Amino acid sequence: MARCHVSVQHADFDFATELGWLGDGSGAVASFIGRVRDDTRDGVPLTAMTLEHYPGMTERVLEELAQAVAARFALDGVLVLHRVGRLLPGEQIVLVVATAPHRHAALQAVDCLMDHLKSVAPFWKCEEYGAARHWVDARDSDQAALARWGAL
Amino acid sequence: MNPTEPTPLHLEVLYLARLRDTLGRSRETLTLDGPATVADLLALLRARGAPWDSELGGDRVFRVAVDQYMADPATVLVDGAEVALFPPVTGG
Repeated sequence: MARCHVSVQHADFDFATELGWLGDGSGAVASFIGRVRDDTRDGVPLTAMTLEHYPGMTERVLEELAQAVAARFALDGVLVLHRVGRLLPGEQIVLVVATAPHRHAALQAVDCLMDHLKSVAPFWKCEEYGAARHWVDARDSDQAALARWGAL
Repeated sequence: MNPTEPTPLHLEVLYLARLRDTLGRSRETLTLDGPATVADLLALLRARGAPWDSELGGDRVFRVAVDQYMADPATVLVDGAEVALFPPVTGG
């Protein structure tokens, strides 16, 4: 049975500290960190990005995703941490870590988790460019990315 | 129970992310005559006129969860259900 740890939190995270959830018995550790891009819109730099979630449902969906991906890739462990609230450019948003006996499973699991997280987990991004706020639209390419994994 | 007798359904309806902004509220309690589905609730909301009819109709894409599970128009509502309306997700 894989170790699964899921967290939705306001606080920033430290990669090395979070690795502690997964123990040190696995041969392969793969990870992804998503950060707020230093974007511009019509020449105006991004001021901040606010992430919203649906308390209760989001945590449950992440937990189900972590369990499903762990089973599919025979992982030793999975860590999914997603921040919410108002974040500034360069700040960390999301951390996904997979541990497995060998690298292919760990690397693929991280990719698979991120594709599902972007299309299935109830999170929404609202960008601020100076005084202008706008909600980020879902992208068709995210759905296409999801499709390549088939059913979890 | 007599199936022709309407039973009142008390629903807690949540509006998340962009829909909260455009519809101008984060939640409300609604009472519907049951039995009813998600489609019946959406019809009631659209009947309020702008901006409800355009945000929850036409070609606007949105999602519905009932008691925190993804639902569709045919999903049957039960008394006390929490119904959340939100745009397609954009996390990660």
